[in-house]
Amino acid sequence: MNEFQNKGDKASRTGFGEGVKLAATKHKQLVGLGVDITQSVGMHFFAEAFPERFLSLGIAEQNAIGVAAGLALSGKIPVFATYGVFAAHRAADQIRISLCYNNLHAIIGGAHAGISVGPDGATHQALEDIACMRVLPNMTVISPCDATQASLAVQQAVESLTGPVYIRFGREAVPDFTDEQQSFEIGKAQRLRAGKNLTIIATGHMVWEALQAAKMLEKSGIAAAVINMHTIKPLDEKACLQAARETGRIVTVEEHQITGGLGAAVAECCSSHAPVPILRLGINDSFGESGKPEELMQKHGLNSEGISAAITRWLNGELLP
Amino acid sequence: MEQLRQKAFEIRKYILKSLTAAGSGHAGGSLGLADIFAVLYFHQLRHRPQQPDWPQRDRLVLSIGHVAPVLYATLALAGYFPTEELLQLRQFGSRLQGHPGREHGLPGIELSAGSLGQGLSVALGMALADKMDQNDRRTYCILGDGELQEGSVWEAIMAAAHHRCHNLCAVVDRNGLQIDGSTEAVMQLEPLAEKWRSFGWNTLEINGHHITEIKEAFAKAEMEKQKPTVLIAKTIMGKGVSTIENDYRWHGKAPSEQELPLFLNELKNSLGL
Ligand SMILES: [Mg+2]
Repeated sequence: MNEFQNKGDKASRTGFGEGVKLAATKHKQLVGLGVDITQSVGMHFFAEAFPERFLSLGIAEQNAIGVAAGLALSGKIPVFATYGVFAAHRAADQIRISLCYNNLHAIIGGAHAGISVGPDGATHQALEDIACMRVLPNMTVISPCDATQASLAVQQAVESLTGPVYIRFGREAVPDFTDEQQSFEIGKAQRLRAGKNLTIIATGHMVWEALQAAKMLEKSGIAAAVINMHTIKPLDEKACLQAARETGRIVTVEEHQITGGLGAAVAECCSSHAPVPILRLGINDSFGESGKPEELMQKHGLNSEGISAAITRWLNGELLP
Repeated sequence: MEQLRQKAFEIRKYILKSLTAAGSGHAGGSLGLADIFAVLYFHQLRHRPQQPDWPQRDRLVLSIGHVAPVLYATLALAGYFPTEELLQLRQFGSRLQGHPGREHGLPGIELSAGSLGQGLSVALGMALADKMDQNDRRTYCILGDGELQEGSVWEAIMAAAHHRCHNLCAVVDRNGLQIDGSTEAVMQLEPLAEKWRSFGWNTLEINGHHITEIKEAFAKAEMEKQKPTVLIAKTIMGKGVSTIENDYRWHGKAPSEQELPLFLNELKNSLGL
């Protein structure tokens, strides 16, 4: 069985930023858009290397999305990043019409995803962005599990996609554990661990926690498979259905509302072709709050202990969401 | 001059015909913009109707997608597609969507739009791309006056001046009306020219039905090498058909089969043709 090693903690926003710079080196038509929080969202790597291709647009997200559309209509590949709460919600109508209806190739980076943002509290913790972005026609939604895949995701989004893309990533340094060489392909889930009793399908930071939870469950005789669902749209339906058929039970884990996000997407997929019990772990219809990231993860049961405990209770017949 | 007046007349004629065939749509704003569209497509824009994706073409973004009938009529008369197709406006399967939609394949449509407040930002993105590429073509954006109540428009106005996009020219259809009534009653816009000026734009106020004034304003805009230009064009909603003129109830209405011949007649008389 594959054991994953933490190569060292690293924020996925840093991975995203490094990926943008790498992509820009190769693609001269890449243009970066800044809305004031350039360093905070990892765009400074690009802005410092390519100042002539970086446009400062001020704290004005709606205009930035429109500008991205105009650039894309002129053969540029715009990359725009801000906090996920603003990217996905403040400019929602611009994303829907100017980007998605026009089906334009633009990358939106949604930083500070989830409650692991910590002390900034509810206003800055993106917990509904996946839900709002994945219902939009033409949109691709990616939620990389670590810094390495955040970099690969944005490079691949620039290189091989042709429509609008939303990539969410976190603020905190977390385990960076995937291998650069390991095949990462947008739209293709990765099974990181085998197991016959159930499958944990996780996204973002929760993939590492799911791997640790699976190890804990193993000690009590529960063999849990783990899937890294880094692309939420288009969802790798084959991987979901295979997991449902082979293990009979699915647990989804995400730093996002359990309605509308990964759990909902997996449930929608399985309900048509392989209905099995699905436990959705995440945020249950509440806003975030201030606190240390680990305190918030603990409260919402989104660390390895919380995940394994919830799974054990669920297997014992307790009614969970 | 006479030729452009004749073009504007034909644009208006096809607006009325296509709206009547559709049975719904926006007559008032479409008729009011006919003179400006005639000047743009038959005088000002560098474009090739037979080669809609010509990389050197000037681009026009219609932010107020609901006046699509004026754009469609103009594009057809300019040769982008046959005028007969105008009668398919708003029909199922038609390339002439209620609001312009690129994916339906009508040539000459630069942007799918219709949600107010977005077009100027997109036009700005185009102008910024051209500046980066040192492409000297120009971008035009048609805005409604009521639309200026959307905050995002002012984000774009601020950013265009900041980036010195002199290759961008906005036209505000200042007919003073919106769906609920006069713009000043619904949400005051005045002093409008002062607002644009203070945001850093080269601001010209013109009569939006005076062909020479429109022509001269576009020429002046091209001379400006620092600031973006806005033409605040005073227009009459429904211009050319007295029954419709200045009546905000005609913002979102189409003529009936019975009204059409009367309106076409009015049109001929009012323009002295
Ligand atoms: Mg108006």
